[in-house]
Amino acid sequence: MQIKRVVVTGMGAVSPFGRGVGLLMDSLDAGRSAVQSFPDLGDIGGLRSHVGAKVEGIDPKEIPRKFRRSMSDMSIFATLACYEALESAGLSLDDCTGPEMGVVIGSTIGSTQTTQDFFEDFLTDHSLERMKSTVFFKIMNHSCASNVAQALGIKGRILSPSSACSTGCQAIGYGFEMIALGKQQRMLCGGADEFHPLTVATFDVMHAASTRYNASPGCTPRPFDLDRDGVVCAEGSGIVLLESLESAQSRGAEILAEVIGFATVSDPSNIANPNADAMERCMRLALEDAGVDPGQIGYINAHATATEQGDIAESEAIARIFGNRTPVSSLKGHMGHTMAASGSLETVATIAMMRSGRLIPTLNLQRIDPSCAGILHVAKDHKVTIDLALKNNFAMGGVNSSLVLRRYKND
Amino acid sequence: MTDQEIIELVNSSLAEEFELELADMTAETTIYDDLGLDSLDTVDMVIVLEGAFSFKIREEEAIREIRTLGDIHAFVIGKKRQLEAGL
Repeated sequence: MQIKRVVVTGMGAVSPFGRGVGLLMDSLDAGRSAVQSFPDLGDIGGLRSHVGAKVEGIDPKEIPRKFRRSMSDMSIFATLACYEALESAGLSLDDCTGPEMGVVIGSTIGSTQTTQDFFEDFLTDHSLERMKSTVFFKIMNHSCASNVAQALGIKGRILSPSSACSTGCQAIGYGFEMIALGKQQRMLCGGADEFHPLTVATFDVMHAASTRYNASPGCTPRPFDLDRDGVVCAEGSGIVLLESLESAQSRGAEILAEVIGFATVSDPSNIANPNADAMERCMRLALEDAGVDPGQIGYINAHATATEQGDIAESEAIARIFGNRTPVSSLKGHMGHTMAASGSLETVATIAMMRSGRLIPTLNLQRIDPSCAGILHVAKDHKVTIDLALKNNFAMGGVNSSLVLRRYKND
Repeated sequence: MTDQEIIELVNSSLAEEFELELADMTAETTIYDDLGLDSLDTVDMVIVLEGAFSFKIREEEAIREIRTLGDIHAFVIGKKRQLEAGL
């Protein structure tokens, strides 16, 4: 068994702010919100949450039709993010076709919109005669990974984790482990999801979606805030190019960060409710995997989706390990919850923060909920040197995941 | 429909579905080499033509022999005339 060091050499983002890591970071730095009201959500019977954050300003036709024909929005987001990650890594499409390149990209489910479109037509007369050949490729669970692999000509390992909000974090973690074991030299890793009212409804029926800010969308979600009222659903894709350190060094690549620890655990206590014990267990295992003490972590990028229970459980779990000494913030206030993309999009942003030394505070956090007050929330304009960061994602279904990231120092 | 109207509808339907330029579409244009379509596309081409002309052609043996746009035009014109004649 080989154990190799694993580094990040490329990053790509398609976020509710638009295309590109630069735009994502400029928007986060400026404290902008991508959340909007969508009046058509109000036309859906029983749906109380009418806010969301959707991707705008991209051109799907950058992807050749031959590959785009089998893509729903989530695969388009993932492919465009991969293009950027490759470019930032100094790699071309030709560099994707060797055995050293693999892909790990997942989504919560396949394309709900495609499924809806199919059944709307099918149920008119129960005929399959109008079904296009590409429907399956948009609704299969491994749609993003397969479509990216086709578009880039990837021939190595392909994996499509599906664990809702933990997907992007798990994708990076599993890619990290495969490269560490010497099974692949490079892997495009991340998550993607597309907005659909059913996702909003999923949270709304459990009283976990934001419903009180439909007329003031920029004020929600409000992670850790006393007036938070739930999740705002969003879409996008975040991709990192992971590479063995020796591969990156051999081609003189700029190293953006190092992945040094990962943990993912099942939480069987409840399929829907977050649990502080399970979150604590996950974070401690990730620290143990990385071989670092809690006191060495300089920043925690929280999952914190602005639900009543989730934010309290995560605050409690962080406080047990880190006390109130380690800065914590959530990026959900800026761009909502991008679901399967959240782990990887927020990892991209966390790496960018480590490189700039400027921590982004939690947007809409104005009055800290006393139940979330046991941790150190990032104050405005927090400038620090972060050598190590922890990234959390906790998913419904009882899937917890944490990554430990390290600033690379040419060592 | 006249033959020309049928040709125009075939071309516009395929151009929309497969993002083709009408100027590139002549009777001699081959669907695989020139237009770059493949077997998945031909499945969808049949569905598009069925929708545009309100007929069923999926089971027609002659479809397998189609190589050029001219072949498609001739096939669709023949099928339309057949239906009009009540055959």
